[in-house]
Amino acid sequence: MTDDALIEYRNVARRFHSRSGTVVACEDVNLSVRRGEFMAVVGPSGCGKSTLLNMAAGLMAPSAGQVFYGGRQVPAPNTDVGYLTQRDTLLPWRTVEDNVAIALELRGQSRADRLRVAHEWLDRMGLIGFEKSYPAQLSGGMRRRVALARTLAYEPETILMDEPFGALDAQLRMVMHEELLKLWTGMQKTVIFVTHDLAEALTLADRIAVFSARPGRIRSVETVDLPRPRDVFRIRFDPHFGKLHDRLWSYLEASVRSDVMVN
Amino acid sequence: MSEAFVALPATNDEAPPSPSFFRGGWVSILAWRVAIIVVGLSLWQYASGRLIKTFWISRPSDIWQQLVEWVVTGDLWIHLQVTLIETVMGFVFGAVAGILFGLALGLNRRLAAVLDPFIVAFYSLPKIALAPLFILWFGVGLASKVVLATFVVFFLVFYNTYAGTLAVEAELVDVLRLMGASRGQIVRKVILPSALIWIFTGMKSSVPYALIGAVVGEMMASNKGLGYLIQAAAGQYDTGGVFAALFVLMIIATGLHELLKQSERVMLRWREEGHGRN
Ligand SMILES: Nc1ncnc2c1ncn2[C@@H]1O[C@H](COP(=O)(O)OP(=O)(O)OP(=O)(O)O)[C@@H](O)[C@H]1O
Ligand SMILES: [Mg+2]
Repeated sequence: MTDDALIEYRNVARRFHSRSGTVVACEDVNLSVRRGEFMAVVGPSGCGKSTLLNMAAGLMAPSAGQVFYGGRQVPAPNTDVGYLTQRDTLLPWRTVEDNVAIALELRGQSRADRLRVAHEWLDRMGLIGFEKSYPAQLSGGMRRRVALARTLAYEPETILMDEPFGALDAQLRMVMHEELLKLWTGMQKTVIFVTHDLAEALTLADRIAVFSARPGRIRSVETVDLPRPRDVFRIRFDPHFGKLHDRLWSYLEASVRSDVMVN
Repeated sequence: MSEAFVALPATNDEAPPSPSFFRGGWVSILAWRVAIIVVGLSLWQYASGRLIKTFWISRPSDIWQQLVEWVVTGDLWIHLQVTLIETVMGFVFGAVAGILFGLALGLNRRLAAVLDPFIVAFYSLPKIALAPLFILWFGVGLASKVVLATFVVFFLVFYNTYAGTLAVEAELVDVLRLMGASRGQIVRKVILPSALIWIFTGMKSSVPYALIGAVVGEMMASNKGLGYLIQAAAGQYDTGGVFAALFVLMIIATGLHELLKQSERVMLRWREEGHGRN
């Protein structure tokens, strides 16, 4: 059924053991992401979204089931994916430009070449003027954009993004959405995009996987049949957008509410 | 004493609120310091011979005279040179060996696990207690002091380097692994720079110990060096000489510490500039 699946989760579960007991982050996850697809993942906090990305990146093995990439079991690490992690992972001792250029540096590109590429990406992210700054000198939102630039700059086949725009204000977020869609349309990369924000998922994605509260299971995988190219600033006023939003919310509501009650 | 003794009000505009008598910035701080020195020395000078016998505490003017005499005769330079050479050589050998060994163990967990009890045993040993042995082995000359200082420095730097390599954030390593970095690249681009803070901390805190190693060795058996000067002066009940030698020691210890602080500032520029982190 999934000939063109690039990333495939088959009956995946992931448990964490600790002294205080076992946490089941997710279970019974079956999901396939097609090549070139923009897949969004939404779900309540702690339902295993980041865990899912970690497994696709080969940084973590599933406790049960299998994760495939390009028809083969995910290698550890999976160097075909660029991973924008939820936590800040810029190298604090490197300037912004050297952070963005690092993947090219690892490949042995000359300094002039890789800085040219880095500056292009910093320009796209609206970070011109901060090339020589250190990460600690930037705001949280700026650091996020540097990390995104670093992930995109070396053009990995697949991009995993874990709440990349959570720290940005609403306006800047939309600008970044527009930029991201433009890039994605041009490159046709496969993307898995984790977010808490339903509107963000609807604006960007081809499909949206909705997870239940922990242990995370897939409630539903919705196809976002909104035409492309999308106008990120107006699409939320589209009646169909509203309908999809309602439906997604109905899936999420129960688990989000129970989550609030538990915590 | 690896850091400034008291947290000083910083010179930049993020200075923490300071006690009222410190208000007025850098110049006033300097003025206070000079005042403390002047008052302290005057009290000393006054008390000596009036409140306390000069025999016990000497007096600043005598100490000064002794220093001048040493400078004039060239003695100071000879002894200072010996102690400095021992300290610097011990520091360099100890630091280099400590960094290399610390990295080797930090990057090789199995080796570290095997050697752990031995390291703890040696680390816990008061290194100074090895001085007689080293003097026995390497003679009363320079070598025994260099070895002692090396040994003391080695353990401090080794331990910090080792801890530094273990403290590297796994996520930073993962990011580079995903980019296809080789093991060597990860070491050079993540582990080393990340451990550098720790390495510097170890090096900075080991400077006074290098000096201790050299001076204690000299005090036990030698005919040169500041430790010898102290020992010789004390042997003749010459308190002024003891104080004069101590004063010189204090100056070089402070100087070495400053030197390292400056080089750290250059090497860890990203930390300085990122000072206003949120
Ligand atoms: N390395 C780990 N060790 C132990 N438990 C972990 C680990 N990683 C995740 N967990 C647990 O697994 C569960 C899912 O975590 P995960 O980070 O995947 O959630 P998430 O959906 O990304 O949440 P959020 O939206 O808040 O980022 C949590 O209960 C978490 O405590
Ligand atoms: Mg997460």
